Amino acid sequence: MGTPAIEIEGLTKDYAVGFWRKRMRRSLDNLTLQVEEGEAFGFLGPNGAGKTTTLKLLMSLVFPSAGTARVRGRSIDDVRMHREIGYLPEQPYFYDYLTARELLDYYARFFGYPLAERRQRVTRFLERVGLADAGDVQLRKFSKGMLQRVGIAQAIVHDPQVIFLDEPMSGLDPVGRREVRDIILDLKRQGRTVFFSTHILSDAEMLCDRVAVLLGGKLQGVGAPGEIVSMEVYGMEVFFEMRPGSSPPTALAGSATKIGERYRVEVPEVQLYPVLEQLRNCQARILSVAPLRPTLEDYFLKLVARDKAAPHPAGEGAR
Amino acid sequence: MSVIPAVVAINTFREAVRDRVLYNLIFFALMMIGASILVGEISIGISRLVIINLGLSAISIFGLVMAIFIGVGLVSKEIEKRTLYTLLSKPVRRWEFLVGKFGGLLLTLTVNTILMTLGLAAALYYVSRNFLRADASVLVAVYFILLELALVTALALFFSCFSSPMLSTLFTLGVYVSGIFSKDIRDIGMLTRNPAMQAAAQVLYYVLPNFHNFNTITAAAHGESIPLSLIWQNTAYAALYVMLVLIAASAVFSGRDLK
Ligand SMILES: Nc1ncnc2c1ncn2[C@@H]1O[C@H](COP(=O)(O)OP(=O)(O)OP(=O)(O)O)[C@@H](O)[C@H]1O
Ligand SMILES: [Mg+2]
Repeated sequence: MGTPAIEIEGLTKDYAVGFWRKRMRRSLDNLTLQVEEGEAFGFLGPNGAGKTTTLKLLMSLVFPSAGTARVRGRSIDDVRMHREIGYLPEQPYFYDYLTARELLDYYARFFGYPLAERRQRVTRFLERVGLADAGDVQLRKFSKGMLQRVGIAQAIVHDPQVIFLDEPMSGLDPVGRREVRDIILDLKRQGRTVFFSTHILSDAEMLCDRVAVLLGGKLQGVGAPGEIVSMEVYGMEVFFEMRPGSSPPTALAGSATKIGERYRVEVPEVQLYPVLEQLRNCQARILSVAPLRPTLEDYFLKLVARDKAAPHPAGEGAR
Repeated sequence: MSVIPAVVAINTFREAVRDRVLYNLIFFALMMIGASILVGEISIGISRLVIINLGLSAISIFGLVMAIFIGVGLVSKEIEKRTLYTLLSKPVRRWEFLVGKFGGLLLTLTVNTILMTLGLAAALYYVSRNFLRADASVLVAVYFILLELALVTALALFFSCFSSPMLSTLFTLGVYVSGIFSKDIRDIGMLTRNPAMQAAAQVLYYVLPNFHNFNTITAAAHGESIPLSLIWQNTAYAALYVMLVLIAASAVFSGRDLK
């Protein structure tokens, strides 16, 4: 393997806050991280964790208080690095006097494509994000989800090797989210590196080779989604339906919850067969049986709860 | 030299056009038409003087208002709407963005000024049915107005790199007005016998743009010819001043966190 796609070393950002800008707030604390070429990498953390700050640092929109980073071996200070990357900001907004087509054409100009190629690219990528019919509409008439799609198109219109997406699924309906997932998988299939932030853990679990979890500006863990949370099964979930007029076996009366016409019960793995036996005896219809594993979400919630309980080390402090 | 500033400039021009900035020309046209009809009653010599004076003053004021009010928003608007985030993720350096923004507004102002000058020429022809050789001075006066607008635009852009649009407007207006009187500021400073005051006045004289030499409206109205040396001098002065201001703006803006 060659150089990693993204190398972040001790990246730290203190924002000056308060009227006199004397106090410092640490938004990112000594982040060190490597992302390999071709990886889909999820950057997770609750609101205010420092995800956007990290991406803005990598884009040189804000400058680090300490630390460095390289993308494909080039320092982030080097403007040539920007030829090889694409970036979707959080809640993107674009020149609303342009049409989607004009906007993509404008951005493509910075890469020096000749006119014919620009046209062809713009059309192709408008189609790619499902905006083929909206290409000639001014962006001021776009909905939030449409803007998000334009944002994704501009991040990939020049075929960058490394793509940074800040909450790519936000503002999209289920169809849109599915489409963005497909785009990310496509990029991955083409060997690109995709680094994206999200709070939607199921997306991260579905797409990412590895994830990093950030909390209060500090890195909490990096690894494959299955590594970060133990994949051990802690129980079984059973859905069943009773025949009209009958009620669930008394042994399950306390633990089963009724959802519409169906019942759901969680049982330890060793008790699965006895429970199924009981259900069979009263002629219940088994709808599904599934193992329960801790999800990234559980891990995440546990982390946040632990962080709330402990006194906060990151947060504010004088320099 | 990279083409990136040109790409940014063209988009800035397109924005101005789509935001209907050039609609100010309608007011200018109405004003010139009204004036031409009114002065029709007086002698040709006087009506020429009035039309040229009025036309050039309007060209200058319309241009100044545009340069200041659009100039202070060039950068802040892109930061506020976060359009700059995506732009700077492309291979665009911050100074290239600034130079492009400057160029775009200057292009807008130039097109606007040329169209107004055509209107002035039409009015002049309407009242006197001919052009005189001395009317070349009008073109020189227009050129000087453009140089002045370039300077003001650069200043507005510079201030907006570190202060709010509101403050930048005040700063730019302040510098513009003191730039008109910079010679007087020095002269008054010299009159006080205090060496510190004299030095301060001298420094101000050199730091403030000197707009005194750019105003040839009266000379043009009276058909006086403008010396070639002044044209060279003003051109060189404006080019140098604009360059220095843009370099200062880039230095400030390149190190700034975009929030
Ligand atoms: N310009 C700024 N000035 C001062 N503090 C800031 C600034 N930008 C961000 N912060 C602080 O830095 C911390 C991290 O913010 P950041 O936007 O990176 O979080 P995030 O992980 O992207 O959150 P979200 O999921 O809500 O987008 C927050 O505490 C925020 O208040
Ligand atoms: Mg964020």
